[in-house]
Amino acid sequence: MRQDQTWGNRLFDIINHSILFIVAILCVMPFIYVLAVSFASPAEVAKGGLILWPKEWSLVSYQYIFSSDTLPRSLLVSIYITVVGTFINLAFTSLMAYPLSKPHLRGRNPILLGVLITMLFSGGMIPTYFVVNALNMTNTLWSLMIPSAISAFNLIVLKNFFQQIPDGLEDSAKIDGCNDMGVLIRIVLPLSLPAMATFGLFYAVAHWNTFFNAILYINDNDKWPIQVLLREIVILAQSRVGDSSFDEMDVQPLTIRMAVIVFATVPILLVYPFLQKHFAKGVMLGSVKG
Amino acid sequence: METNQAPTEANAVPQTKRELRMQKRRQLLRDLVRDRWMYLMLLPGVLYFVIFKYVPMYGVSMAFQDYKPYTGFFGSPWVGFKHFERFFSEPQFWMLFRNTIVLALYNLIFFFPLPIILALMLNELRRERFKRFVQTLIYIPHFVSWVVVVGIFYILFTTENGILNEIIYQITGEKIAFLLEKDWFRTMIVSQSIWKEVGWGTVIFLAALAGVDLQQYEAARIDGAGRWRQLWHITLPAIRSTIIILLILRLGNFLDSGFEQIFLMITPTNREVSEVFDTYVYTKGMTQAQYSYSAAVGLFKSFVGLILVLGSNWMAKRFGEEGVY
Repeated sequence: MRQDQTWGNRLFDIINHSILFIVAILCVMPFIYVLAVSFASPAEVAKGGLILWPKEWSLVSYQYIFSSDTLPRSLLVSIYITVVGTFINLAFTSLMAYPLSKPHLRGRNPILLGVLITMLFSGGMIPTYFVVNALNMTNTLWSLMIPSAISAFNLIVLKNFFQQIPDGLEDSAKIDGCNDMGVLIRIVLPLSLPAMATFGLFYAVAHWNTFFNAILYINDNDKWPIQVLLREIVILAQSRVGDSSFDEMDVQPLTIRMAVIVFATVPILLVYPFLQKHFAKGVMLGSVKG
Repeated sequence: METNQAPTEANAVPQTKRELRMQKRRQLLRDLVRDRWMYLMLLPGVLYFVIFKYVPMYGVSMAFQDYKPYTGFFGSPWVGFKHFERFFSEPQFWMLFRNTIVLALYNLIFFFPLPIILALMLNELRRERFKRFVQTLIYIPHFVSWVVVVGIFYILFTTENGILNEIIYQITGEKIAFLLEKDWFRTMIVSQSIWKEVGWGTVIFLAALAGVDLQQYEAARIDGAGRWRQLWHITLPAIRSTIIILLILRLGNFLDSGFEQIFLMITPTNREVSEVFDTYVYTKGMTQAQYSYSAAVGLFKSFVGLILVLGSNWMAKRFGEEGVY
């Protein structure tokens, strides 16, 4: 597609490219700043100014945040709810989506309607809290995984995806003596690996970013996921994360905050390339109407 | 699998109504037995939706009770609309109403058009590599948590050595308390939303633009249409229905003003402009233990939200669009 190279067109292209370039840089510059400051030496940070590449490198802020077990414990909590929670999400969602993908199944439409209604109306924060509380889940990590086990939206998208798989394969497995559960595990899931990977990544990102549910359900600080700890340190400027043997004067509070942000963000940036490969597809799947 | 049903019905021609009913019942039983594994697989999910979605929906009845945790949803005394009456006569009601509406309007006016403009700009790029470079970078902020976004804003904007305030100080000789002053609250909220979501917002428009037939542009060019005319007559009509659907969704969620974000940005000094329905529910319910009252506020909000969703969906259908539900 070539436009006529008139002056106006060329000028438009230059402006368009420049603006998009600036927007792209603005989106990542804060991350670079955070990363750079977290690795800069306290003396350099004390001088102030914009640091995008540290002149003197230093690991002192990382030594500080790992000098007590507050941050490592939060990281472990977050890793745990991300791994176990995502597994629960995928198991629950695919188990429910598969039967719903069979139009002949009796009772399918009322169940689908029931799922759709939950997307329009919900009981709200307070009643849900009391249900979780009645199940003795409050102040346990289950409260961060079970009440969000299925996203209605993901369920419907996955149901539509399963519906597209040709019946022939499943029928042949049945003739070989598989029951429906076996068909799901041996035939349908292996065929849907890319879709499962996409949903898994999105669920995992949501678990890693879990914040408010932890505020609502968790009381003990030793069960705090990383996002809650991050808020305490960066926004409320309250908790101290380091060991008391550490001399506070040697570490700049700014670099400590930056280092905690790095730990709350880096796992996302690590899976980002995989996410990017899949999410365009995920969004396309989502645009298929249920 | 559907062929399973055909032969049994063909076997016997039903004589009377009663026989017909009997046969239907047998067929139902046969289907249920055949699909027993399917129902077993459905069980965990159905239980999930019942326990965590429908029981709380029944639980909103606590808004009409004086709920005590030890008597539960079923044993607490009924008090009718007492909590709603209190809420509507509370002076804070209008403050919450105003804050919620103003934030939603700000987002609609300042945020909503931006992803469309950005997608149109990306669509004008000829070089695939540069396009992919820009896309890769602008999607990143969507995936980090609100805590990280607000945390970064705190670090950049704080009056204590925040880098932006240092720059402002060097130019004007004054510092601005972006995070504490209530006049800056809405600006902060909207700019955070823009930074986090504007790139991701382009995805759906780019998907719609990818479906445009390139021959249309060629034909338009042969007819002498310039860049702007092509934009106006080909590109914009192609994403019109996407824009309308997203507008409906946004109107439907008009009252959902980004709870986590606002929760993180609220300070005692900006409460006057920052408190919205959701944060009020949390403060009254969870920190002041006024359970029934806060459930009533939550129910009011859900109810208005439901009307907005259904209303905007109905409107879209009247405008000849497909609607969402």
